[in-house]
Amino acid sequence: MIEVKNLHKSFSGVEILKGISTTFEKGKTNLIIGQSGSGKTVFLKCLLGLFDYEEGSISYDGKIFSQLTEDEKRNLRAEIGMVFQGSALFDSMTIAENVMFPLQMFTNQSKSEMKDRVDFVLKRVNLDDAHNKMPSEASGGMQKRVAIARAIVNNPKYLFCDEPNSGLDPKTAIVIDNLIQEITDEYQITTVINSHDMNSVMEIGEKIVFLKDGLKAWEGSNKTIFKTDNEVVTDFVYSSNLFKKVRKMYLEENK
Amino acid sequence: MTYLHNIGAYFLMIVEMFRKPTKWSVMKKLILKDIDDLVIGSLGIIAFISFFVGGVITIQTALNINNPLIPKYLVGFATKQSIILEFAPTFTSIIMAGKVGSFITSSIGTMRVTEQIDALEVMGINSLNYLVLPKTIALLLYPFAIAIGMFLGILGGMAACVFGGYTSLEDYVLGIQTDFQAFHIIYSFIKTFVFAFILATIPSFHGYYMKGGALEVGKASTTSFVWTSVVIILLNYILTDMMLGQ
Repeated sequence: MIEVKNLHKSFSGVEILKGISTTFEKGKTNLIIGQSGSGKTVFLKCLLGLFDYEEGSISYDGKIFSQLTEDEKRNLRAEIGMVFQGSALFDSMTIAENVMFPLQMFTNQSKSEMKDRVDFVLKRVNLDDAHNKMPSEASGGMQKRVAIARAIVNNPKYLFCDEPNSGLDPKTAIVIDNLIQEITDEYQITTVINSHDMNSVMEIGEKIVFLKDGLKAWEGSNKTIFKTDNEVVTDFVYSSNLFKKVRKMYLEENK
Repeated sequence: MTYLHNIGAYFLMIVEMFRKPTKWSVMKKLILKDIDDLVIGSLGIIAFISFFVGGVITIQTALNINNPLIPKYLVGFATKQSIILEFAPTFTSIIMAGKVGSFITSSIGTMRVTEQIDALEVMGINSLNYLVLPKTIALLLYPFAIAIGMFLGILGGMAACVFGGYTSLEDYVLGIQTDFQAFHIIYSFIKTFVFAFILATIPSFHGYYMKGGALEVGKASTTSFVWTSVVIILLNYILTDMMLGQ
């Protein structure tokens, strides 16, 4: 579980995060949503320890991040898997080498053990025959799946995904969403996803945190988001006509 | 103020580079890869430039010695001194600032732009140790490349001398043996080690701390070349004054 209390973050005197408090639960897909510029990426980078913050605290299963030593922070980061928006695969390595990388860095497994684990994880993300391809030879969807495989290969306790569906076609986006949810359930990971894909919100948003102008404007789940009368949320989530109709139908069916 | 900030950040980068070392089994592979990319991969251009510049130095020296009282072996002597003291260590390093330096800045800069450095940091890896230290260690072999450059420079001078008919082979060989001082070689290699460190770290600094996109990677490469050259020239002056000055 990740607990955030009163988080404040500024850049050059401009306050980006204005006191966010929330909890991301274990074994659930937790989504952070909000308009561009609402502070989602800054919030995620604070959670990852890539940005320092002025006030507040972030604790990982009771361990307050800012109170950890540098070595303890690095050890904690070894328990974190991250899927970047642009996948961030190491372009000098093959797909198998990318996935094997965390094992080489943090475990003392033999080559054959590492190879078995890489085979297993690549199979888990439906990429059994892509071992020797370079990232540049893989499609966007494949790259995302490799990034997920790399993020989970070392059995992380926490999985962060920054816009995992950006740039993907709707069908591949659903595959990625389902994969993330299955992995979260299977390994009981605390998963935090930064997204503005409304389909993901509806499909896998077991917990949703809505940010607006650096503040938490709403918190709920994909079940309660249909019923909410919070105008800020409905304006954003149901901004498209399709989603307006879906919501209307849902509310009529569940009167 | 920006310059002072950058100088401070550069030295902090050097300190950080040695903290939390990467596993030796991984580091070993990175060092070997960087030796191949940075040193072995530069041998061709170093050999080519050294050989022909050695020839040019010889021709120009020979053409400028018209006085019959000046012995002909001076051509070989001047070529040897020019190549060992300055051309091989300093000017080859400036050429390498363009080749190796740009490669380092653009490869690390691209990793920054595509969030690969963030990925390393999130995994708990000291990205400076992982990216910069192997390059610094690999470039400790750079003096070997310079030694080859010295040899080929003198050989190029000899070829130009003999085949161009400027002096005889005996005079040239006598020239390169005249007043040979081992300390000049030591001085030259000390400079080369310092320049190797500069060649690894300044381009890495510009790549690692760059901000922006693909266009800024190009700009960072250019800036890195300029600053690496400036620092090499300044250190060349300081080291020469310290080691050879009165």
